[in-house]
Amino acid sequence: MNRLQKLFSEKKSNLLSIYFTAGYPSLNDTATIIEALQDSGVDFIEIGLPFSDPIADGPTIQQSSEIALENGMHTTLLFDQIKDIRKTVSTPLLIMGYINPIIQFGLEKFCQTCHQIGIDGVILPDLPMQEYLESYKSTFDKYGICNIFLITPVSSTERIQWIDENSNGFIYMVSSAGTTGARAGVSDEQSSYFEKIQKLNLKNPTIVGFGISDKNGYEKACLNANGAIIGSAFIKMLSGSTNLKSDIADFIKGIKS
Amino acid sequence: MTQYSVDERGYYGSFGGAYIPEMLYPNVEELRQKYLEIINDPSFKEELDQLLKDYVGRPTPLFLAQRLSAHYKTNIYLKREDLNHTGAHKINNTLGQIILAKRLGKTRIIAETGAGQHGVATATACALMGMQCIVYMGEIDIKRQAPNVYRMKLMGAEVRPATCGSKTLKDATNEAMRDWISNPVDTHYIIGSVVGPHPFPDMVARFQSVISEEMKWQLKEKTGNEDPTHIIACVGGGSNAAGAFYHYLNKPKVKLVAAEAAGQGISTGHSAATTFLGKTGVLHGSKTLLMQTDDGQITEPYSISAGLDYPGIGPIHAHLFETSRAQFIAITDQQALDAAVMLSRMEGIIPALETAHAVAALDYLELQESDVVVINLSGRGDKDLQTFINSGII
Ligand SMILES: Cc1ncc(COP(=O)(O)O)c(C=O)c1O
Repeated sequence: MNRLQKLFSEKKSNLLSIYFTAGYPSLNDTATIIEALQDSGVDFIEIGLPFSDPIADGPTIQQSSEIALENGMHTTLLFDQIKDIRKTVSTPLLIMGYINPIIQFGLEKFCQTCHQIGIDGVILPDLPMQEYLESYKSTFDKYGICNIFLITPVSSTERIQWIDENSNGFIYMVSSAGTTGARAGVSDEQSSYFEKIQKLNLKNPTIVGFGISDKNGYEKACLNANGAIIGSAFIKMLSGSTNLKSDIADFIKGIKS
Repeated sequence: MTQYSVDERGYYGSFGGAYIPEMLYPNVEELRQKYLEIINDPSFKEELDQLLKDYVGRPTPLFLAQRLSAHYKTNIYLKREDLNHTGAHKINNTLGQIILAKRLGKTRIIAETGAGQHGVATATACALMGMQCIVYMGEIDIKRQAPNVYRMKLMGAEVRPATCGSKTLKDATNEAMRDWISNPVDTHYIIGSVVGPHPFPDMVARFQSVISEEMKWQLKEKTGNEDPTHIIACVGGGSNAAGAFYHYLNKPKVKLVAAEAAGQGISTGHSAATTFLGKTGVLHGSKTLLMQTDDGQITEPYSISAGLDYPGIGPIHAHLFETSRAQFIAITDQQALDAAVMLSRMEGIIPALETAHAVAALDYLELQESDVVVINLSGRGDKDLQTFINSGII
């Protein structure tokens, strides 16, 4: 059982996760942001590995990715920045990104490095379950890395159950038909979708992401799921931050208070 | 025997697949389940064939280019896709896909475009069918290709700029995919080449296969043999080439020649020659050869012809390259310009700059007097007039 699985076995509700793009706002902020997020009590953290063509992302993460790449972020550097992170951080860590940089880095080497550093899982929106099962799963399993899959309001019940069956860690519940990005509130339609999923009694915990931006959205999502993920709204805050540590603490306080 | 058509998993050899976010799964899966049934339906064929004949002007002529043939001491035929309505092969695909979209009950069409040729062909099909049309185009391309932007607008399409990344074709494709993610129910994405997740590459190849279907009977009529010795086509994403090769893929005696854009030269850093510079990776829903950094970031290609300015090639072509079924030749900007002048002056046909790459490939083939060469003349050069003027060749 890795840190992520342990977390879910111990805590079942109101989980809060934060996504940020590695290399943004500045190239070497990665460890600072992770430590500040742990200090402010976030339950798990998604480290965005930037990609040139992030098709599942909205404008905010597109821009943070573009700036991170311009700053010089790349896979080897990210691993180097966080190689000693487990000396100070025990919060579960995931890498979220796209499959191409991982193919170029080498799948086996990627998983091996994640394992060595203490990365617990990955979220790769453009690696669908079918391809994963056929060509990737055995390598992820070998190194104990959870691969987290998305479900959406347009996923059929049958498919959601199939994804649940083949997942370990949690299920990433995309809040609405759309890319990542801060949106105002959680609509009734979304709430009923969350309820529908809750009634399926999936074996994996469900965490709502995409479009959750504030305390209200987080709380609504937590009514029918085990927790929620905030990304774009956090990145927007970072872009105007003059003191990362205190601004991050304030942001998280604003969500959890 | 090596198989060149797509397999059940959506792969050509080790290339292809459907690497899509879950949000796109229902759309792509619906398409996968239904596309063959729909396009093989006799009433679909009838509707498409009628439009190809009366609206597009098919069959396009197969023309024996006598002066060009004499120059190369062989027999060169030109498959005149440039004579299609809208001036290129792109319309074969957009009409096929729009009829399919209607049958899937879709009411809103989106597309990506680089040079604007596919955008214009999509806007045309949408105007014809009375469908809403939104075309994504890189902000830089909107400036570079202003006349095509106005053509699309004139036909009622909305042109939306892609303002992120390199602001060109690949970013327009990203935006179109994001739109489809956000509009999963009413929208069909008319992709412009044999790229994207399965079943798009196969579907687009089938719609373009009318090119080689006609070539077969036209050659038979003209030479007594439906098989040429060579077929040459340019490759951006690879749709005109896929269509020109389609019915000859399993005839190893027919040499397939693909002309890629070397830009300023393969090793200048300003090139779009994917098979020479690319590595296997995943972009826009399929695994294929892609130009990218060692770190897996997709790089911006360069070619004088905007239609060849794509950092990848369709998975079918990656497979044809890997199996050596097709020969890939990289043609520089200058060689393409020279070939465009040659064809203009020898045959009175001004080719698109994309197409000129295919013409330039003649110089690399050791042609015999008895050979029968077909060049797929994918488009006409009117759109490139300003580039010809700027290059100083006129
Ligand atoms: C005339 C012409 N030929 C070729 C191409 C390249 O596309 P493909 O490789 O899909 O045929 C284009 C694309 O815009 C084009 O306009």
